[in-house]
Amino acid sequence: MATLARLQARATFLAHQYYFRSRHLHRVATTIQKWWRSYLGRQQYQVVVKLASCAMKMNLYNAMAVRIQRRWRGYRIRKYCFNYFYLKEYLRAVSETNDAIREALEEFAEMKEREEKKADLEREEKKRDYQARKMHYLLSTKQIPGIYNSPFRKDPDPWELRLQKAKPLTCHRPKVKQKRYISLSSWLACTSARSFPRSEILPPIDRKRCQGPFRDITEVLEQRYKPLEPTLRVAEPIDELKVAREELRRQEWMRNVNDNMFLPFSSHHKNKKYIPLMHSSSKYGPNSYGSQHFRDENPRKWICDKDFQTVLPSFDLFSKYGKSYSKAGQII
Amino acid sequence: MLFGVMSLLRPLLLDVVPTIQQTAALALGRLANYNNDLAEAVVKGDILPQLVYSLAEQNRFYKKAAAFVLRAVGKHSPQLAQAIVDCGALDTLVICLEDFDPGVKEAAAWALGYIARHNAELSQAVVDAGAVPLLVLCIQEPEIALKRVAASALSDISKHSPELAQTVVDVGAIAHLAQMILNPDSKLKHQVLSALSQIAKHSVDLAEMVVEAEIFPVVLTCLKDKDEYVKKNASTLIREIAKHTPELSQLIVNAGGVAAVIDCIGSCKGNIRLPGIMMLGYVAAHSENLAMAVIISKGVPQLSVCLSEEPEDHIKAAAAWALGQIGRHTPEHARAVAVTNTLPVLLSLYMSTESSEDLQVKSKKAIKNILQKCTYLPALEPFLYDAPPNILKHVVGQFSKVLPHDSKARRLFVTSGGLKKIQEIKAEPESLLQEYINSINNCYPEEIVRYYSPGYSDTLLQRVDSYQPITN
Repeated sequence: MATLARLQARATFLAHQYYFRSRHLHRVATTIQKWWRSYLGRQQYQVVVKLASCAMKMNLYNAMAVRIQRRWRGYRIRKYCFNYFYLKEYLRAVSETNDAIREALEEFAEMKEREEKKADLEREEKKRDYQARKMHYLLSTKQIPGIYNSPFRKDPDPWELRLQKAKPLTCHRPKVKQKRYISLSSWLACTSARSFPRSEILPPIDRKRCQGPFRDITEVLEQRYKPLEPTLRVAEPIDELKVAREELRRQEWMRNVNDNMFLPFSSHHKNKKYIPLMHSSSKYGPNSYGSQHFRDENPRKWICDKDFQTVLPSFDLFSKYGKSYSKAGQII
Repeated sequence: MLFGVMSLLRPLLLDVVPTIQQTAALALGRLANYNNDLAEAVVKGDILPQLVYSLAEQNRFYKKAAAFVLRAVGKHSPQLAQAIVDCGALDTLVICLEDFDPGVKEAAAWALGYIARHNAELSQAVVDAGAVPLLVLCIQEPEIALKRVAASALSDISKHSPELAQTVVDVGAIAHLAQMILNPDSKLKHQVLSALSQIAKHSVDLAEMVVEAEIFPVVLTCLKDKDEYVKKNASTLIREIAKHTPELSQLIVNAGGVAAVIDCIGSCKGNIRLPGIMMLGYVAAHSENLAMAVIISKGVPQLSVCLSEEPEDHIKAAAAWALGQIGRHTPEHARAVAVTNTLPVLLSLYMSTESSEDLQVKSKKAIKNILQKCTYLPALEPFLYDAPPNILKHVVGQFSKVLPHDSKARRLFVTSGGLKKIQEIKAEPESLLQEYINSINNCYPEEIVRYYSPGYSDTLLQRVDSYQPITN
């Protein structure tokens, strides 16, 4: 018991001791912690301040950026998306175009009307003219005043003047049928095609009948429409020899199997070289006088300017054979 | 009796003398032309194969008469036209199109046109026979009658489907048709414009090709022509071009087409006006700038005149639709429409029992569209009095949008008796109408609202009855 009490007293004493000692320690520790905490707090404060200033700056920048963007957006919409002034201009231009078109169309309509009226007037004029021509006989003469020139009037009716100006219309003529133009390649074709009247009755002549005995009509027609009898010279073409040669050549070309000419076998053994004439082998060739030209080389010696004729007219000795008029049928 | 005639005429077709054949063919043609039954009798009498066979070898008079018979039979109904196609007449007709004589060509082209008119299969058959290039050649011939008939045949072919129209375009028909617009003959112009409009109506590409042929501004002169049908077809052509895209409408507006069409509407009456009215509607429907262009070209007064004068319902319906398209874009547009006092006319058309259903529907839509944007209060006020409840809702809604901001309008609203009318409207609570009425009432001081509410005089008198004067 006593130890317990002693222990208790010792414990409390120690506790007090500890208490006094640890109070000091506590105080010291608190001070240290106080200073440490204040240091941490100051650091925190720095961070907070920094954040706040950053935020403020960012807000400022954002606000400024929004201002710029606002102005840009307004500009963009006004200029590119919906340009009010451009729209107004456009509408003004449209209304101007409309007015111009309206004017142009009015002019066009007026012009058309004018043209129609003119055409109508012209038609009326023509009709009246035709009527005046038909009624020409109603014109007043010196003795008899016409219908339109009544003596009780001051001036004659306008129809009177029109009748005076009009040319009288002759009786109704049948419409001229357009003749078909037949291409006449030769004189013979003229007579064979129905271009001349060939009846036995001559066409009517609207004149007084001619006087006198007439030849028989068949004879006359025979004489008039005698077919052509060309002379020998005309009947044969001038280049008939050339044409005949051509014809022959063509026939041969058609017929021949081989175009090469047959060479005579007898010259097979001739193996001597051919020596030409001196005349033809020298470079001073034969004179062309006599074969190509026949006139003198000196033009002063020419008698006339005209060249010689190479084609001479033929004489028609034989063409009149049996065809000229003869006495009592004797052939001349 | 019918069959007797056919059996009498049929052997005459095989007669030796050509004049008898021709006259017999002419007689058959005239019979078939007159009546559907007679045409069927011609088909039943087995005459067509004989005609087709001899068409190939005879002279031009016979060809003309035979083509006339084919035309007369083919014009009545698709079945008869199909019978003609079945007996192989198309090939011979196409051969006739190559003939030298313009009369034969004309008769053949006319017959082909009448056959192709009925439906798309017959048109396809005509195209397959190779008629289209020959028809385009016929159009270039100098004879006016042949040009007319060829243009009408091309128009009949291309009207059925885009492919057929494309076939016609591929042959280069548009350039020739566009040149012929300048021709002074009015029947020819009528056919040419009809052909171009049938081509242009199918698709945007075809319409663009027609426009590229430089028809503007020449087509606008056709709108001033004396002949009514030329005007109608010209405005049909412009309508078909305008309806596809905003760019095409813009092109027409830039060329001054809107003014020309409006003048044309003013100068005609009746059905001729209809394509012009529809064209204005299409142009205005594309965008608000184009609608504004229509407004400044003085289109709205003209349309309201059409709306009130025309006796026919479908024209009125078209005019109502066009006005709706113009006025629906922005308040400016709605104001332009409302200023001309067309809204009461539209309302009366909607309410009258005589208008057809189509007219009623269109005028209702037009009123709704315009009212939703209209802020022009003097035009809206008459609506408060006569409108039916579904329209009244929109009207009151518009008032409720405008009145809170405009003091002069509020004053005018009170003095014209609008506020009184508003109070008299019975609306279900919690409905949209009630909300609008509340918002209007909130714009005014309470005394005025109470003053105008119905039965106010009664309440005042009750107060007088119950008032005890202070006696002292």
